Amino acid sequence: MFLSMNWISDFVDFSGLDKVELIHQFSLSTAEVENEIFFKGKDLSGVVVAEIKSVEDHPESKKLHLLKVDIGEDELVDVVCGAPNVRVGMKTAFAKVGAQIGDITISPRKLAGFTSNGMCCGEAEIGISDDNSGIMEITDDVANGTDLKDIYEIDDIIFEVDNKSLTNRPDLWGHYGIAREFASLAGRELKPLELEDLSAYDDLSKVDLKIEDKLCYRYSCLQFENIKRSVSPVNMRIRLYYCGMRAINFLADLTNYLMLEMGQPMHAFDSRKVGAIRVKRFDKPFKFETLDGVERNIDENTLMICNGDIPVAIAGIMGGLDSEIVEDTTTLTLESATFDAASIRKSTVRLAHRTDASMRYEKSLDPEMTVTAVARFVKLLKKYDDGVKVVSALTDEYAFKYDTVTLSFDKSFVDKYTGINISNEQIVKTLTSLGFEVELENDSFKVIVPSWRATKDVTIKADIIEEITRIYGYDNFEVHTTRSPLYPVRMDDVKLDEDKIKDILVKRYNLHELHSYVWAYSDEQKALGMEVEDNIKLSGATNPNIETIRKTMIPTQLCQVKTNVGYSPDFGIFEIGRVVEGVDENNLCIEKKKLAITLYSKTKGIKSLYFELRDILATFTDDLKHKALGFKPKKAEHSFEHPVNLYEIELDGKTLGEIGIVHPVVSKKIDKKADIVFAELDMEEFSSVKNASITYSEPSKFPPMTYDLSVNLPNGTFFAELSQCWENVGGEILSGTRIVDTYDTELIHSITIRFEFVSKERTLESGEVQSIMDKVIENLNKLGVTLRG
Amino acid sequence: MDDKIQSLKNQLHQELSAITNLVDLDKVRVAYLGKKGSITGLMKTMKDLTNEERKEFGKNVNELKAAAAKKIEEKTAQLKELEIQAEIEAMPRFDVTTPVDLQRGSYHPITLVQRQCESVFKSMGFTVEDYSEVVTDYECFESVNIPKHHPARDMQDTYYLENGQLLKSQTSAAQNAILKKYGKNLIENNIPIKAIFPGRCFRNEATDASHENTFFQMEGVMVDKDISISNLIYFMKTMLSEVFRKDIKVRLRPGFFPFVEPGFELDINCLICGGDGCQSCGHSGWLELCPCGMIHPEVLREGGIDPEKYTGFAFGLGLTRLAMMKYGVKDIRDLNSGSLKVLSQFTDDDE
Repeated sequence: MFLSMNWISDFVDFSGLDKVELIHQFSLSTAEVENEIFFKGKDLSGVVVAEIKSVEDHPESKKLHLLKVDIGEDELVDVVCGAPNVRVGMKTAFAKVGAQIGDITISPRKLAGFTSNGMCCGEAEIGISDDNSGIMEITDDVANGTDLKDIYEIDDIIFEVDNKSLTNRPDLWGHYGIAREFASLAGRELKPLELEDLSAYDDLSKVDLKIEDKLCYRYSCLQFENIKRSVSPVNMRIRLYYCGMRAINFLADLTNYLMLEMGQPMHAFDSRKVGAIRVKRFDKPFKFETLDGVERNIDENTLMICNGDIPVAIAGIMGGLDSEIVEDTTTLTLESATFDAASIRKSTVRLAHRTDASMRYEKSLDPEMTVTAVARFVKLLKKYDDGVKVVSALTDEYAFKYDTVTLSFDKSFVDKYTGINISNEQIVKTLTSLGFEVELENDSFKVIVPSWRATKDVTIKADIIEEITRIYGYDNFEVHTTRSPLYPVRMDDVKLDEDKIKDILVKRYNLHELHSYVWAYSDEQKALGMEVEDNIKLSGATNPNIETIRKTMIPTQLCQVKTNVGYSPDFGIFEIGRVVEGVDENNLCIEKKKLAITLYSKTKGIKSLYFELRDILATFTDDLKHKALGFKPKKAEHSFEHPVNLYEIELDGKTLGEIGIVHPVVSKKIDKKADIVFAELDMEEFSSVKNASITYSEPSKFPPMTYDLSVNLPNGTFFAELSQCWENVGGEILSGTRIVDTYDTELIHSITIRFEFVSKERTLESGEVQSIMDKVIENLNKLGVTLRG
Repeated sequence: MDDKIQSLKNQLHQELSAITNLVDLDKVRVAYLGKKGSITGLMKTMKDLTNEERKEFGKNVNELKAAAAKKIEEKTAQLKELEIQAEIEAMPRFDVTTPVDLQRGSYHPITLVQRQCESVFKSMGFTVEDYSEVVTDYECFESVNIPKHHPARDMQDTYYLENGQLLKSQTSAAQNAILKKYGKNLIENNIPIKAIFPGRCFRNEATDASHENTFFQMEGVMVDKDISISNLIYFMKTMLSEVFRKDIKVRLRPGFFPFVEPGFELDINCLICGGDGCQSCGHSGWLELCPCGMIHPEVLREGGIDPEKYTGFAFGLGLTRLAMMKYGVKDIRDLNSGSLKVLSQFTDDDE
């Protein structure tokens, strides 16, 4: 919303004050002002009133005229002018030689063979309207040569307030409310509005009016006739234009002017069309043509203004074409009303039509304002057109009245909330300047909230704090820390694990953390051969590509791998993110926090890549839990899983997730030449596993003995099975086993296991080690494992 | 006999001077000083001498022996020195200026910024909370004073799910749960509620360089008996100065958010121009950073906390925005792009 400092100055005397500084203060105390402030008229000078004394056609040009104009000097000035509306006796705006219009300095100039000593100007040229149809027509009685700026408010400071920051302030949708804020900030008086005394018309007959719906809070109207004026006064048009509205005609301009001044939307009907005003909704939908010529679908929830049973306007949004003021209109009915804010808002959404009026009604306007606005309207109407006659009494139906809001609080409440000391005098002064009625007794305040703030904005004590502090100025606050007791802060286990895992994955394994979306990208997944599995969806998703919430993060990561093919021959990515595993018995989403890791390699070979991933999982598990992972074969369930080497990952008897190879169909679509492996773990399950403490054991002082055993394994034998062969045989002295060599051909799978023995009490004898190993070998033979020759 | 001693001495000197390695030197040592060595052999000839001669001869031989041993020792040291020297010279010179092949992983920039914020708040005694992404209407709206049909719900186009739940549009969705979780401790043990909760938020809007439908916020709340606006400004200023590692100027402007009263928009002085005005801050010198305010009494009450006894502040920091500002990321979509060209650059906390 654009605001004019000239307009605001109608209501506050700013003499001696820096207006721009006040605008900055307003931005910090009331509502956000956009950065750019417009200094209107700054680049305009030397434009005066001129009277056209003679008009001659240019001998060669059809468009151009040769004029002599009187600019209040001794001699007439010769001017060449191309405007179509020139005529003798007309007064217009004239830029003298030396005048400044924007970047242009006017100088004598030859135009088609004749010298033009200045320029007749259109309104658009001097920036006071968008009318460029011809030169400006000045009808006011002013002396020739008068500087235009002396008679019209061309110089103005215009600033724009972000509408969003006014959402909760219905009182700030007009200049008068804004002026109240400025008055409070400047410490000056707010002047009262000049109003017509409407009681003078009480003897006239009332308008036939009936509110038949609770969505209309108040409806005030008045009829008048004999409007002679058609073009609005220049200053009114300038203000409208500077504030972003086009001048239409006097009556329309005046309703707009009132809306911009008081925030009260108004509408004028042709009285012939509103003989019996009824405000109501209809039982059935119907079509209705608004005054912009658009036919709109009206449903049974939309409040309408009617003439009996004939709709004439969409309440609070727009008038109808049929009841518009037309050429032969003689009597007008002026509407000034208040409607239910939520209803207007919903209607604008349904109609997809938001107007300056509806925008204001949505904010919960103050119903007290309707009659004041009528009184103001009539005052201005008569000021600018003295022939106007009011022909009805004020007709006002007040169906819903807001309760008066009274709030009581103590100085100590203010002190506690602010943390600083704002004096009682300051509090009283601030609140009074904003229109609150304040009673102070000792340190207790009783405050009556003004009607324009009481529709929804100020309802509780905390709201009063805002009023006091924003005018006090947050920049003026002394800031300090709290006085609170200290206590230890314990971090959440999942969060701790998450941080550590990220560090290990990044620092030790050089993996890259990526972020992704919580929904499945169906097009991308399908392109990689992965069906989007059915799961809970976004309701009314506008983009079918992102409607299903993901069940697992792996497809997301595979899409990311596809994005990064070409980044490097080998890379690994991970994310700790969320999935939804369907809904529970209460129809609530089962949300899980997962760690997903995907490794991609063109160089390492599938086996070493797979084991790299297994080792990553085992390493951070050992780091965080000092425990070892278990693996259990799993059947493939998802389209991205290779059925071989798919394992469930277990820890402490809990199933954490899975590790596997990407299905060849998917893998080939990502990259024909690369191997891809993945793992996904449930973070909450992982964190629920207790951390085993480190068990320290003193190193033995006696030398260890090693025993290497090379064996051929039958197909499909797992090391976990082998380890059973020495689990209960090794006794205390078997301190560890590891694989020191592997040898694979198509026929043989062979490994060398190194057994390490040590005793804390003595030097071991080879005999006792041999007898243990004999038993191990015997057990191994039972599994079909043979010693390699 | 003395001649013999002298000639042995000369012979040794000659031989030693020709020797170039420790192996040959040891051979010489054995040849002269070994059990069967020539000097040792001289001693054996003593039995043919008179006592007088023997004494004299013995003395001379011992001297010769000592001198020979010393000579050999010197030669050993000399050769060892030469060997080390040769080894040193044999070492090739490496070119340390060749390009470094940095094998490093990377954190998501949000993780980095989040950790910096967390560490500041942890140091001030705040707990770090985790919260789900799918929430109920109650959590996201009703419990934080945004009843049905409230215009504030228009401000954020929410992703609703088929079951009526929604993807949280703001981290404030966790406020009610946090108040309930720690409220008992506050009321019974006078332990203030101090918590932050970083999390992913979702808004149903078209994406472009400055709009994302998926982004991160970090909510913070503090509730105690006398929490004031003054405290709020202090915490915000301190936290932001720590995060940016320089003195940050903050200013508050009134802002309307249903879950706070009074509510503020917090601006910081522009990090790029320092407040003089530049393109990034629209020449105002200020950047709008985060909404904050005093927790609305209804929100406290809904969380089981008596607003007559306790007050608190809350803020919602845009982590995504913060990360973009901190690292100069211009297109918000880069953050969720999954592109390693973009994201592999964030290798570590930069402090």
